[in-house]
Amino acid sequence: MNRKGRYFRAFGVTSVAVASLAMMMTTSSGAASGTIAKGQPVTIGISLSLSGDFSVDGAAFKQGYQLWADNVNAHGGLLGHQVKLDIVSDASSATQVVTNYQKLISLDHVNLTVGPFSSLLSVPAAKAVARYGYALVEGAGGAPSVFQNGLTNIFDVSMPVKDSLVPFANWIASLPASKRPTTAAYVTTNDAFTEPQIPVAQKIIKAAGVKTSYYSVFPAETTDYTPIADAVAAKKAQIVVLGSVDVPTVSAFMQAFEQAHYNPKVFIATGGPDQGSGFTSVVGIKKANGVMVPNAWYGSATTPGSQAMVAAYVKKYGGSAATVSADVAEAYSVGQVINQAVVATKGFDNAKIIKYLHSGVTLTSVQGPVKFDSLGENNKATAFTFQWQGSKFVQVNPTNNKASKPVLFPKPVW
Amino acid sequence: MTGSVYALMATGLTLIFGVMNIINIAQGILVILGAYLSYSLSVHFGIDLFAGLLITIPTLFVVGIVVERFFMARLKGPERTSMSILVTYAISLIIEGSLNMIYTTNVVQLKAWYVTGTFRIFGLWIAYIYFFGFLLAAGLLAALYFMLYRTRFGASIRASLADQTAAALIGINVKRVSTICFGLGVAVTASGGMVYGATNAFNASTSYDLISRLLTIIVLGGMGSLGGALLAAILMVTLGDVIAVVWSPIWSSPTFFFVLVIVLSLRPQGLFGKQSARVA
Repeated sequence: MNRKGRYFRAFGVTSVAVASLAMMMTTSSGAASGTIAKGQPVTIGISLSLSGDFSVDGAAFKQGYQLWADNVNAHGGLLGHQVKLDIVSDASSATQVVTNYQKLISLDHVNLTVGPFSSLLSVPAAKAVARYGYALVEGAGGAPSVFQNGLTNIFDVSMPVKDSLVPFANWIASLPASKRPTTAAYVTTNDAFTEPQIPVAQKIIKAAGVKTSYYSVFPAETTDYTPIADAVAAKKAQIVVLGSVDVPTVSAFMQAFEQAHYNPKVFIATGGPDQGSGFTSVVGIKKANGVMVPNAWYGSATTPGSQAMVAAYVKKYGGSAATVSADVAEAYSVGQVINQAVVATKGFDNAKIIKYLHSGVTLTSVQGPVKFDSLGENNKATAFTFQWQGSKFVQVNPTNNKASKPVLFPKPVW
Repeated sequence: MTGSVYALMATGLTLIFGVMNIINIAQGILVILGAYLSYSLSVHFGIDLFAGLLITIPTLFVVGIVVERFFMARLKGPERTSMSILVTYAISLIIEGSLNMIYTTNVVQLKAWYVTGTFRIFGLWIAYIYFFGFLLAAGLLAALYFMLYRTRFGASIRASLADQTAAALIGINVKRVSTICFGLGVAVTASGGMVYGATNAFNASTSYDLISRLLTIIVLGGMGSLGGALLAAILMVTLGDVIAVVWSPIWSSPTFFFVLVIVLSLRPQGLFGKQSARVA
């Protein structure tokens, strides 16, 4: 390399170093100051999956965040500052979500960050914002793997997913022996959200004397579910527990079961049936009848603020209480928790917010109480089971909860 | 039966590559566009899914012609093939964004009595949609084969497939053949999209799952080979399904890709490909 080339190289390296240092200084000062000039909005950075595999959930999350921001702004804003959402799409990519949060913090200088959709994206997102000292409050990253990374800045306002199916499994176990199904099939996608739920439910159901006739894990990239569904149908199990994350998977299994003339007495899917009209418009109201799903919230929930949120949703986006996706409530709850943390710490200092959220304080949300443990899991959340009964989406478990309706059992034929 | 539908979708892709040396990454989203067109005709006009093909196939043929004239025909030079990946990816993103705006990201599925209706044969329940889809794919592939091997235009296509320069020297209008081939390649996605949309819930993002499978099919079959696309599609679906049932769904894709690697190690040009690498 000649002398001129060496100068250019040295100049290039120095420029990059200076630029990086400047960026770090800018971002760290932005994160640490926690103050916003009077009249300026508070900007919240969000990466959402507006295309790709999680696009349905991403769109529902966007609605939830927007409803919360609208509500806060209508009531004078956050500590007097109007809330401005800075939303960028990650196309459901774990790589893009990192780039997005880096851009939101270092270039857009957002004051706060809240989470994307899914456990898959929440972990890289939390790692990315942790480098800048930001908190990441999220609503859809409840898989056990999310809390095994030593991160202290992640907080999931929703229910930890591992025990989601427990009320359902307990209900099966509580049935009189004469009515209790005798065989069960478990089939799940290899996803951090679904896989941990299945063994917990299987253990309880098996202990109640229900024989496991089929257990299989299928890859997330599966596009043709027919052979797997046919294998389940061939076992003629009376219970089917499906570990799913989206509507297409549930719809494909239901269609294949119907084509095989197979009607299980109980059918529960971990994700998909909770998508409101996003689910019933695909499978139809009649075929949805009797389908169950675990979750922490539904459109008719009476938790504080829930009915007001549903009313605002219906006014803005149409539909009815039964058609509101649980994703909307999860995102809205994130906003509520951020709101309470900002008010309690009297500012937007992320370090103070993280410390406050770890303090053991109990907060409120439309999904119910929120209290974070040292890992950032919400240990106050209660798991419920919901069921489509006609055009209504009703709570059926835990059976000792006064809001629970009787389970439609056995499930009507497709 | 499912394999024949994938074959139909992959046929367009391999035809376009064979004649034009263009790798059409937009093929997946065009399949979904075909599915959405069938959805609109069915929901808003009450037109049967199969009858609707009389509208959607010509519509997508025109879409193909427009895309070829405005984008593909402008690609020249030795980087034409690699540039086609970028251009068709851009087209894919434009169509995906447009579909998301029009139909939202909520998934939909095509509905008709034959989607869930079944008949029994040798103790097995067969859904009419798979049977009708198979007949449709077989009919269209036969028509395509007839056109290629029994018509004058087909001879022009085959000549262009073999050697574009020589074809031009003997008086074939290679540019016109290319345009029509691109239109045909896109038109067949209408039928594939309809059957896919009837057997799977979909939104615009579903195209990413599709294009990876379609590219795999034409690589295994041999890029530019119609028969190869048919055989590879059937092999991919059958092998995957058998492994899923007798072993585990987890090993379904790895086994297929293991077979793909073995085949490509022995025959880099694919099962029916004539050359390992084409020169643009």
